[in-house]
Amino acid sequence: MDRRTFLASSAALTGLAVHGSFNQVLAQGTGPIKIGLLTPLTGVVASGGKEIVEGFNLYWEQVGKKAGGRDIEVFIEDDGSNPDIALQKARKLTEQTKVDFLVGDLLANTGLAVSEYAKTAGIPYFIPVIAADDLTQRKRIPNVIRVAGYTASQMPRPLADYAYKKMGYRKIITISQDYTFGHEQCGGFAQMFTELGGEIIAQHWNPLNTQDFSPYLAQIQAAKPDAVFAMETGADATRFISQWTNFGLKGKIPLLGAQNFTDQSVIRTMGPEAEGIISSAHFAEGNDAPATKKFVDEYNAAYKHLPSIYGFSHYSAALWIAQAIDAVKGNVEDRPAFLEAIRKVALTTSPLGRPVRLDAYGNPIYDVYIRNVVKRPDGKLWNVPVETYPEVTQFWKYDPETYMKQPSYSRTFQGTPSK
Amino acid sequence: MSFTLFQILNGLTFAALLFLVASGFTLIFGLMRIVNLAHGAMYLMGGYVAYAVATQFDSFVLGLVAGAVATALMGLVEQSLLRFANGVELRQVLMTLGLALIIDDSALVIFGGDTFSMPTPDILKGPLEVFGMAYPRYRLFVLLVGIIIFILLWLLMNRSRLGALIRAGVDDAETVEALGVNIRKVFIFTFMLGMALAGIAGALGGAFLSLYPSADSEILVYSLAVVIIGGRGSLGGAAVGSLTVSMLSTFGQVWFPELSYFVIFGPMALLLAFRPTGLFGRPQ
Amino acid sequence: MNMTHQKVWTVCTIVLLALIPFALSGYQTSLATLMLIYALLAMSIDIMAGYTGRTPLCHGAIFGVATYVVMYYVTSAGGNPWVGMLLGIGLAALVSLVFALLAVRTSGVYFLLLTLALGMVIWGVCQRWTSVTGGENGLRGAVRPDWLVDPSRFYYFVLAVGLVATLIMWRFVQSPFGLSLKGIRESESRMKSLGYHSTRHLIIGFVFSGVMAGVAGVLYALFNSFVSPSSVALAQSVKGLLMAIIGGVGTLFGGVVGAAVIIILENVVSSFTERWSMVLGVLFVLTMIFAPEGIVGKLRSIKWSRKGSK
Repeated sequence: MDRRTFLASSAALTGLAVHGSFNQVLAQGTGPIKIGLLTPLTGVVASGGKEIVEGFNLYWEQVGKKAGGRDIEVFIEDDGSNPDIALQKARKLTEQTKVDFLVGDLLANTGLAVSEYAKTAGIPYFIPVIAADDLTQRKRIPNVIRVAGYTASQMPRPLADYAYKKMGYRKIITISQDYTFGHEQCGGFAQMFTELGGEIIAQHWNPLNTQDFSPYLAQIQAAKPDAVFAMETGADATRFISQWTNFGLKGKIPLLGAQNFTDQSVIRTMGPEAEGIISSAHFAEGNDAPATKKFVDEYNAAYKHLPSIYGFSHYSAALWIAQAIDAVKGNVEDRPAFLEAIRKVALTTSPLGRPVRLDAYGNPIYDVYIRNVVKRPDGKLWNVPVETYPEVTQFWKYDPETYMKQPSYSRTFQGTPSK
Repeated sequence: MSFTLFQILNGLTFAALLFLVASGFTLIFGLMRIVNLAHGAMYLMGGYVAYAVATQFDSFVLGLVAGAVATALMGLVEQSLLRFANGVELRQVLMTLGLALIIDDSALVIFGGDTFSMPTPDILKGPLEVFGMAYPRYRLFVLLVGIIIFILLWLLMNRSRLGALIRAGVDDAETVEALGVNIRKVFIFTFMLGMALAGIAGALGGAFLSLYPSADSEILVYSLAVVIIGGRGSLGGAAVGSLTVSMLSTFGQVWFPELSYFVIFGPMALLLAFRPTGLFGRPQ
Repeated sequence: MNMTHQKVWTVCTIVLLALIPFALSGYQTSLATLMLIYALLAMSIDIMAGYTGRTPLCHGAIFGVATYVVMYYVTSAGGNPWVGMLLGIGLAALVSLVFALLAVRTSGVYFLLLTLALGMVIWGVCQRWTSVTGGENGLRGAVRPDWLVDPSRFYYFVLAVGLVATLIMWRFVQSPFGLSLKGIRESESRMKSLGYHSTRHLIIGFVFSGVMAGVAGVLYALFNSFVSPSSVALAQSVKGLLMAIIGGVGTLFGGVVGAAVIIILENVVSSFTERWSMVLGVLFVLTMIFAPEGIVGKLRSIKWSRKGSK
């Protein structure tokens, strides 16, 4: 190939690069309330990151990009699934773009980095998907609020209850990605399950991006548990479910999952191997409550796929924020008042179909559904509720002050009796 | 006993996949001494193309072929770009890295960030009864393919005229050209073959490991480890390297779960420090 | 280019750099600070790649290790940031020494791959040793001394440190020792026959470059007040190397130009499109085709050819 041809193709590539931009800065002209949305548009969790933008934007588009009598302008920055970049972009949004508050991020480490920045910079930061327990427990930051969010250990506890009481399981093995999010979810599950009288016979921690689960599957098969609780996200979840089925374990050992495990972002590209997995979450896209159905249909119409937890959470967050902006009549510059309004929001029009509000520590209280992955008539998979646990807080049956005296969940502390 | 047997099968089948993935890299890096950091991106591209074709036409084989062809063609593009690097390794690094970024980002735009699994034919789904255990058919299939490709490559390199030309060309290109052989054509063919192998690996791996944006760097790391440990330029070395990396990974996960990547990179670093040409490599 | 020419260029650049906090906003000044820090990293890599001829892919890890030390010392051990910085540079030197001892007998691609593997080992440690490094979440907490919190002041501080470090590096590569490194790059066998202890020279060169990377790393800790495994990842080493290449390998000052180019592009381009990776990729490919000797390298060769055609 000679230089001329090459120049032409590189020009074409550059053209593609510039033209191929989407979801860029939405400069809508007149909106004085500036919102900084941080999200991983590239990197390991890029698909979830895109859905964050989808969910957030859907709400604002539905209400004509206005709240509290002012226009809304959303500035989107890619955090690259990387905490250093997240920090850089948070600074850019705060100091250069001069946004009024920050929202978003997906991975816990990005959220923690930005939270620290928000603490010193004093800018409000809302985290619908960052589930690190301690941000609303032992290490609370006043201007970091879990709007429409949840803690990692909140959702698995009802599942442990269901597993013990309803399904009669007594011996369970947990397998989880080896990082804080996994530790906290397993901890929530394990502590509840063992306190009810069950036994966690083994806990496996796989590194992020484990390609081959066969060593773990071999050990699980040999140990013969009543059921397995799996906490995997993204590609690890896809791989685990496929490999679980290929090894013939599907149908032989019941599989329970964390909410990410059977999230739309995982199951929408899968087939029968994902059916029948039981998980627990506040959001089930297959819920036939009218508010949920409406939201799911609208989302599907707009984006041609069913909403995942990322899309749903940021839609709810936008709804929540709008309500607070209305309450302060658009005066977000008065930060203490605005933050107070955020804390006092009692969301009545949530797609969940029931009111949502924060507990005294800044985390929402939800009805948690035990969900099953089911195939729709059109062949797509989704999570359908089979049981409801009402009013589950981040502490649930524990007294908050007593609970916070025990250490944070980690690889070494899972709330189970020490052997 | 059957647990260990199970683990050994796990190690062998994963090794077969690594060998497939690294075979293209061995050919290019090992024989042609080109540092091709776009190898992982080619793998991913081959996988995505195979996935798109396989789901469109409901044919696993067609998908496989499409993946191989697509990457071979892309290989042509890369080859011409690499001419600008003039054999300077640093330039090859930068060039191939740039290409990898471009391919990777394009894939993100076209396919989005969701994780896809290559659809496999029904006959390869589910487990097979082997030695009294249920073992996934697909993994056994990959093992079979790995062995076949190894044999075919070995025959090509050691028993065919083309193979002799390639080996001679790598040792002394001028003399081969003086003998009237168009060495450029031979090299281009080899490069495309290496790329096609990466594409096939992407299609096969796509069912095993899934396809998603950062899969390419993960695969590149494994390929590097295989070629470094086994020694470049040696097919047998690549096989041994794959087995080593796979066994380290499989058993390491069980015995030293804390250490994950360490288990591969530690030995790799030590080996490189004391025996830079790898276990079977020929010193340059 | 003759001495006065070079002095003029240097003075102009320093004056320009000194004026930045006046011309730019607080945020942009902090970007400039980041650029200075990365310039140091890129220059440290150039000492290896450009002068000894051995291209390392581990300097990002060395950089990040120094950052971790400062963060850990101040936030977990409650120590003084200045002491932390000294410790950070010290550990960077130690790590470089270990890497050097393992790597100097290799060259070319093997050196590249070995340093890559060593860098990954560091990354693995930072990711798994959660009790010390915080694992995936990293370490965070304010480490910048109060009198440096203002972005302009911090900028001048980094500029001062950067100028001193650059001067040291410049003297190093111009010294007889530095020239002997260049000799080793040109022909190791000849240097050996002339009686030079090439291995020892390479080790010293490696450790020196590692110390400089460590200086950049401790400054980064003060800049960011946060560190995570991504600071020691391969991508960090690659970024530094690319800055050195784009500026011009073997020119030393190319590192400054390269750092400026990449950081400016990163921030400007990402405002217009998400396709920053693709733009970067195209940049690399185009650079390798049209200006493989880098920007500064290209400028110098233009100067030379103009002189020659007189």
